[in-house]
Amino acid sequence: MLLSTALFIIGVIGVMVRRNIIIIFMSIELILNAVNINLIAFSAQLHNVVGQVFAIFVIAVAAAEAAVGLGIILAFYRNKETVNIDEMNLMRW
Amino acid sequence: MIDHLVIPLLKILIVLNATLIGVTYMVLLERKVIAWTQSRLGPMRVGPYGILQPIADAVKLMIKEDITPVRADKWVFTAAPIISMVPALIVYAVIPFGDTARLFGRDITLYIADINVGLLYIVSVASVGVYGIILAGYSSNSKYPLLASLRASAQLISYEVAVTLTLVSVILVAGSLSMVQIVRAQESGHVWFGFIQPLAFAIFFIGGLAETNRAPFDMPEAEQELTGGFHTEYSGMRFALFFLAEYANMIVVSSVATTLFLGGWLRPFPNVAALGFLGIIPGWTWFLIKSFVFLYVFVWVRATLPRYRYDQLMRIGWKVLIPLAIINLVVTGIVKVMLL
Amino acid sequence: MTEAIAFYALSFFILLFAVLVVTTKDTVHSVLFLVLDFLFVAALYVLLGAQFLAAIQVLVYAGGIVVLYLFVVMLVNLKRPPEAHQDPHRRSRLGFGLSIAALVELGAIATYSYVSPAPALTAAAAAAPPMSGNTEEVGWMLYTSYLIPFEIASMLLLVAMIGAIVLAKREL
Repeated sequence: MLLSTALFIIGVIGVMVRRNIIIIFMSIELILNAVNINLIAFSAQLHNVVGQVFAIFVIAVAAAEAAVGLGIILAFYRNKETVNIDEMNLMRW
Repeated sequence: MIDHLVIPLLKILIVLNATLIGVTYMVLLERKVIAWTQSRLGPMRVGPYGILQPIADAVKLMIKEDITPVRADKWVFTAAPIISMVPALIVYAVIPFGDTARLFGRDITLYIADINVGLLYIVSVASVGVYGIILAGYSSNSKYPLLASLRASAQLISYEVAVTLTLVSVILVAGSLSMVQIVRAQESGHVWFGFIQPLAFAIFFIGGLAETNRAPFDMPEAEQELTGGFHTEYSGMRFALFFLAEYANMIVVSSVATTLFLGGWLRPFPNVAALGFLGIIPGWTWFLIKSFVFLYVFVWVRATLPRYRYDQLMRIGWKVLIPLAIINLVVTGIVKVMLL
Repeated sequence: MTEAIAFYALSFFILLFAVLVVTTKDTVHSVLFLVLDFLFVAALYVLLGAQFLAAIQVLVYAGGIVVLYLFVVMLVNLKRPPEAHQDPHRRSRLGFGLSIAALVELGAIATYSYVSPAPALTAAAAAAPPMSGNTEEVGWMLYTSYLIPFEIASMLLLVAMIGAIVLAKREL
């Protein structure tokens, strides 16, 4: 529990502090992992596999998120040549 | 104590050493077979018929100067060969070389571990091996290795999909993920899975060639195009690690193929009682013979076929192998449900 | 006892690498630490008796997602470090403050629940039968009770796949 909380917090700090969008994405992965650890810890504690099933869904969602997110990063990079989120301030160009 | 600690450690020791020796001799085998195909003699100087050549090679590689390029990313540059070697070796933990054997009054299982997600373990560990190649290319800070590693990672990821799909259809037939259970299923089913899953077998073999960067899919290390590929900047023992990892992976692929499709340690035609006399040959010998045949075919293919172009490689992977693997999986599933 | 030691060692490494992921300057190093982190998380899953998920974790995260990250990092060959540009409007102090506030709050919840564990949870833990081979069990749950979420997840993956292709293509 504490482990997953700490991991979660590190992820949150990463999202808030870093400017490189790729690092921010990785921090999000850390957060999702924290959630997974929690689910699995409870699944082990309660002898119930539902937690593991949910962890699988979380992994699937993480994979989808990574694919789309990285696609966006690439498209963005092609247009603006940066991965700094502070420079991502245009809604259109 | 002795059962839980000493015997597994001994097994690990034996398997590791056997693997490394096997890998070095695999190099010799390859050079010899290719030489014979081209009506040359191959290495002949060191020892009779060159059988001590691997030792000479090892000594040479160890005493060679170990160069780290100035512009390289030092930590990653050092880590990359290790990352590619370790997964190739730890896969052997779940490969069953044989059934139990009696030795010094004890029943010893001829595998290090039988975990209930064995096949998944192999797939996932193998997928970690990609990092070695990517990082080698990246950290060299040089354009040919970078191109090669981008090619290699795209190739490995693409073919991994097809290979994993074929493995799923094998799992469907066997009803288990454990390597030992898969062999037992072939024993009780009285047939090698290679005969009931010929398509999966073929796809697995082609995918295996691509996964190990072997000809005709050796784009990542195409000498003519990329001056050697991802390990251009490596020399000495670090280069040797990449080299050994490639051959260790070949042995892994052939052992997995043997286990899944050729009945592992079972004798040929386990259903024909007339061939029962073959049973006196211990199981691990059969396993080694079958793996050796695979390795020979690997070399044979390299000596025979020209290299594919990169776009052709990708087309085969995505437009032929993956659809075929999916169809095979669906058909297997339907047949399985119909029969039950 | 051994389990506790293993758990704390693994937790230590997980947190260490997580911190390194967030703090390292070089993006590639950061990605590497992320892989290590995921591998240790997988080891933790094994410790918690979820071997199937551990394998999936390594396969999907370490073998798939992070390779994608590495790909993107290499394609987005950074000419200037992204952190060099300092935006005066950005409130990273505030971010830190918020994160630490959240940490304190969650810590308080954790200590509270540690001091007085919820009675229902312990009772359930005592009553439930131990788990057996978990690949089969997870599979059963997935294809019986959770069939619809499973299908939705697969739809999500399909949508993500198409979306990624559309985004990554230069022009349609």
